[in-house]
Order: sequence, then structure tokens, then C-alpha cells
Amino acid sequence: MAWFKKTREQKIDKKVKIPEGLWVKCENCKEIVYKKEIEKNLKVCPKCNYHFRISAMERLDLIVDEGSFVEINPEVTSGDPLGFKDTIPYRDRVKEYQKRSGLREAIITGDALINGYPVVIAVMDFSFHGGSMGSAVGEKIVRAAELAMEKKIPLVTVASSGGARMQEGIFSLMQMAKTSAAIGRLKEAGILYISILSDPTFGGVTASFAMLGDVIIAEPKSLIGFAGQRVIEQTIKQQLPENFQRAEFFLEHGMIDMVVDRKDLKETLGMLIGHLSSAPQ
Amino acid sequence: MKYYLEFEKPLEELETKIDELKRLSDGKDLDITSEIKKLEKKAKERRSEIFSNLSPWQKTMIARHPDRPYTLDYISLIARDFIELHGDRRFADDPSLVGGFGRIKDVTFMIIGHQKGRGTKERIYRNFGQPHPEGYRKTLRLMKLAERFRRPILTFIDTPGAFPGIGAEERGQAEAIATNLMEMSRLKTPIISVVIGEGGSGGAIALGVADRLYMLEHSVYSVISPEGCAAILWKKSGEIGPEEFSKAAEALRITAYDLLKFKVIDEVIPEPLGGAHRDPAFTAERIAETVMRALEEMKTKTPSKLVDERYRRLRKIGIFEEGVSDTQ
Ligand SMILES: [Zn+2]
Repeated sequence: MAWFKKTREQKIDKKVKIPEGLWVKCENCKEIVYKKEIEKNLKVCPKCNYHFRISAMERLDLIVDEGSFVEINPEVTSGDPLGFKDTIPYRDRVKEYQKRSGLREAIITGDALINGYPVVIAVMDFSFHGGSMGSAVGEKIVRAAELAMEKKIPLVTVASSGGARMQEGIFSLMQMAKTSAAIGRLKEAGILYISILSDPTFGGVTASFAMLGDVIIAEPKSLIGFAGQRVIEQTIKQQLPENFQRAEFFLEHGMIDMVVDRKDLKETLGMLIGHLSSAPQ
Repeated sequence: MKYYLEFEKPLEELETKIDELKRLSDGKDLDITSEIKKLEKKAKERRSEIFSNLSPWQKTMIARHPDRPYTLDYISLIARDFIELHGDRRFADDPSLVGGFGRIKDVTFMIIGHQKGRGTKERIYRNFGQPHPEGYRKTLRLMKLAERFRRPILTFIDTPGAFPGIGAEERGQAEAIATNLMEMSRLKTPIISVVIGEGGSGGAIALGVADRLYMLEHSVYSVISPEGCAAILWKKSGEIGPEEFSKAAEALRITAYDLLKFKVIDEVIPEPLGGAHRDPAFTAERIAETVMRALEEMKTKTPSKLVDERYRRLRKIGIFEEGVSDTQ
């Protein structure tokens, strides 16, 4: 628990994403909003309901019962299987992200209570290497799924990712199969799996565990997809329709169960788990 | 007309001359015959020189060679009584993925693979081997059919990637791929996969969750294309071209021997000198041998053992560090 508390304190004076200053321009409606107001409002724009990206820690604060989260496998971090180097070596890049974010990897996993129900939870953090999935992220998801199976409690994941982590080459591609296989086992064992998609969720993460939820929930207006918009535009050489790849688009096309406001997320999870679990602790 | 890749150009001249001489000679002129022999020897030497030293980017070119045999070519060479089955029963039939029952050395397999087209018209019809979700859903339907009748599954992987388009997104490209990955990991029948050309990312692995995974010697398998990788890394700092693609191909470690070293694949299946297209029948025979050997190894395994071992294979893949937490 020591690690968890420390990180949480660090987080408080950092407060992520929204730029410095008293006022913030909403990326969606372009309105100037008082920063404190956004923060009070769970980082949701009070004018247009735009959901700003939040960190994994903020997400945990939002959906698990206070003080109930116990992290597992915090020591699992990226290797460098290819010896990859672009402008700087991959190893240095990872270290830089670790320093900047206070996280060790692009995902935090652990067990927790949601409205009294025990769950295993895995939350991705987009600020760490674009939330990309390499071997460490894949391994932590698989271990979370295996723990949920062992404890016979639901698994909840929150995705926020640009996709597979290119710098780990074939190993990152293989994490798609590895995590999907772990979810397959979980389902066969009769364990509930709820997947939450937040802005953005793409590529190898969407095309693996994130789209395999028994129930799939997305945050309003989140960008979700397999291929990125630039790649699609370049391929088909036409403009993309309004709302394309937004959460509401996926709801309309039957790909997800619901779009849920951040403020209602915990309640929704509690209700769902309640329908399919024994009584809360 | 043979198609020569850029780095094969030194061969083109030689081989064109050989063909010319052959046309001129009626087989009686001994001078020409010996000249042909000499040139053929030289061409062979040149070829083995070029092919013993291929860069990952050159391998990518061979993997994408317009004459390279595709899934249906191999099927016609190794399978008897092949019957292609169509459609996902949901939306459409996707011609960029093909599948059906066929007999290889007296065993009926469900054979599935990406299918690229030859010539402009067929290439467009096959969407350049880039499937839509309905393609993946068709393959899953066929694999489940094979499972019900306890027939082994053989998949051929050869795609630049799953198609990035509006319809593909609307109909759930990501969900279709994810579901294939999950379902394949649980199928109670042997699955053998062979990368025969381009193993392009998610669109490729959607056919690649297997008990045995092989690659043809000059095939590639990667999380992103060298071009895509180069664009992400270097596009900001100016125009990118073959030099950058080559660098990216190198960095990504995408060749069959790389993946063998990483223990991601089981074996490399050798190709004839010059690539699979130089002798498709030879290549097909090597594939058939390998597949039958793999099946033999799995013959005695119970379905649950098979599935369990498949999971453990995947479970092991990944290189990460697990130091003691320094703040605990
Ligand atoms: Zn707004």
C-alpha cells in the first residue's frame, strides 16, 4: 500500500492534462471555462459535457470504494526485446515516461471494491507512452484476468490507448492474442468481464481485450476504433462523417452496450455487478 | 514476362539473354548450348549471392512480390477435393479471405487464408488482401464448423492488414478481430498457421492463434508495416522513402529468422532460391510436409490438453522486467 499512497499524493499536486492557469479552453466546445469548475465536475466540461482525459489514479478514485484499492504487480515494467532506438533508445523513452507520469507502466492493476463488490480492476493511463500495449501491459492484464478467475470475482478494465506499442515489435502484437486468450478462459469459467472504453481507444487494444467485454461501456464522445482517422482518410480519400468513431457512433452501430457519463459510471458498474454477483461484502 | 525487384536487376539482363539464346537455338548448335549453360551457371551464382544477403526490407519486397503464390495457389497444389465455402451469415462474403474443406495427404482440413489478387481487376476484387469484419466472421464460422467435426484447421497468413475504412469501422473491425483471437484460443481442434507472405499486424494475427506457427523463409510478420513505422518516427523531419522504410524494417525485426530467435514461431519453412514464386510446387510440398508433421505431433492430445497447451504457449510470449518494487 505504501506505493499506492505515495503515488496518490504525487498526483494531487500534478493534476494532469488541463493546462495551467485559472481558465481553460474546452477542446470540444471551445468555451472558456473556470478550471476549478471543471475539476469539481470530474473533469467534465459543464458547458458541453466533454469528458477530459483523466489519469489512471483519478479513474480509480472515481470508480472504486475509497481506500479499497490494493495494487498488484506494480513491479512489472517494459523490457526492450528489440533493442529499439528511434530518436532516443526505447529504454530511455520508457524511463522518461516513468519520471514524467509517476507511473511504471501504461496500466495499473489491482483488486478493489465497487459499491462493496470485490472486483479485479485494470486501468490504462494514456499519458504513459500513449497508453500503448507492450509485453508489460499485456502481462499485467493477463495476471489480472487470472486473479479474477482464481478469486471468482468480476474483472473490470478501463482502456485508454493508441494501440500496440510499436517499439516492442512482434511482442506487442502477440499481446493481443495473449490478453484475448486470457479473457476467453475467464469467460469459460463464468466470470463477468466489464470493459470500459475511454478517450481514446484504438488499434491493438480495441482489437483485443477491450472489445471482448460481456458488457462494454464507453464515455461520452470518446474516440474509439480499429484504424486511426488519418490512416482511413488516406486510404479511402474521402472525408469522414460527422461523429465518426465516437462512442455514440459505436452505440448506434451496435458495437457497445451504453454510453455512460463519468458521474454515473460507478453506480452503473455497481448495478451491473449486482445483477450478476452474490451480495456485496 | 518475369517480374524483377529492384535488387534483382543484375539478374534481369542475364536471364533475358538466356531466354533469347534459348529462342534462337534449335538445340543443335553446340556453341549456343554451351553459352547458355555458362550463363545459367552465372545467373544461379548471382542469384544465390543476392539471396544469401537479403535485408529485412528486401525480404518485405519478396513477401509482397506480385508473382508470389497466394493461399488459393497453395491450396490447389497441396489439397485435393477443395470446396470453398462462403459468407459470414451476417452481412456479406469477403473475397479477401477464403476458406473451405480440402484434403492434404488423406486428412481433411479446414483451410483458411488471406487472398490477394493477381492483376488489377482481381486485386481490387480481393481488396488487396485486406479483410473487412465480415471476412473474419466468415473464418470464425468455418473454424467452428471444423471444430464440430473434429477437423484440424490450417490457416495461411498473407495480408497488408485489416482494411481501414468507414464500413469496416461501422461493422466492428476491432470486435471481429478480437473475437477471432479469443475464440481461436479456445477451439478444441488443432490449429496450424503459416505466414506465407505479409503478416500485417492485427489483420494477420486474427488468423494466427495456433498450436504451431510457421513462416516461409522470405515472409515477414510485424506489428506495423515498415512504411507505417517510418512515418511515425521520421515524417515530422521531412520526406520519407525507401531508406527510411529499410531502417524501420531493420528496427522492427520482422523476418522469419528474427521471429524464430524470439521463439514466437516454431520453424522457418525454406523457400527455393529466388523465392517461393520461382518454384511454387516445391514450396507447397515443404508446407505440406511441415503441416503433416505438426499434425502428427498433436494427434494424441485430448482437446482440453490441446487448448491448455495453446494457452500456455501464448501466456509465455512477452519480454518484461520484474524487479523488486523500490518503494514498497
Ligand atoms: Zn465544452
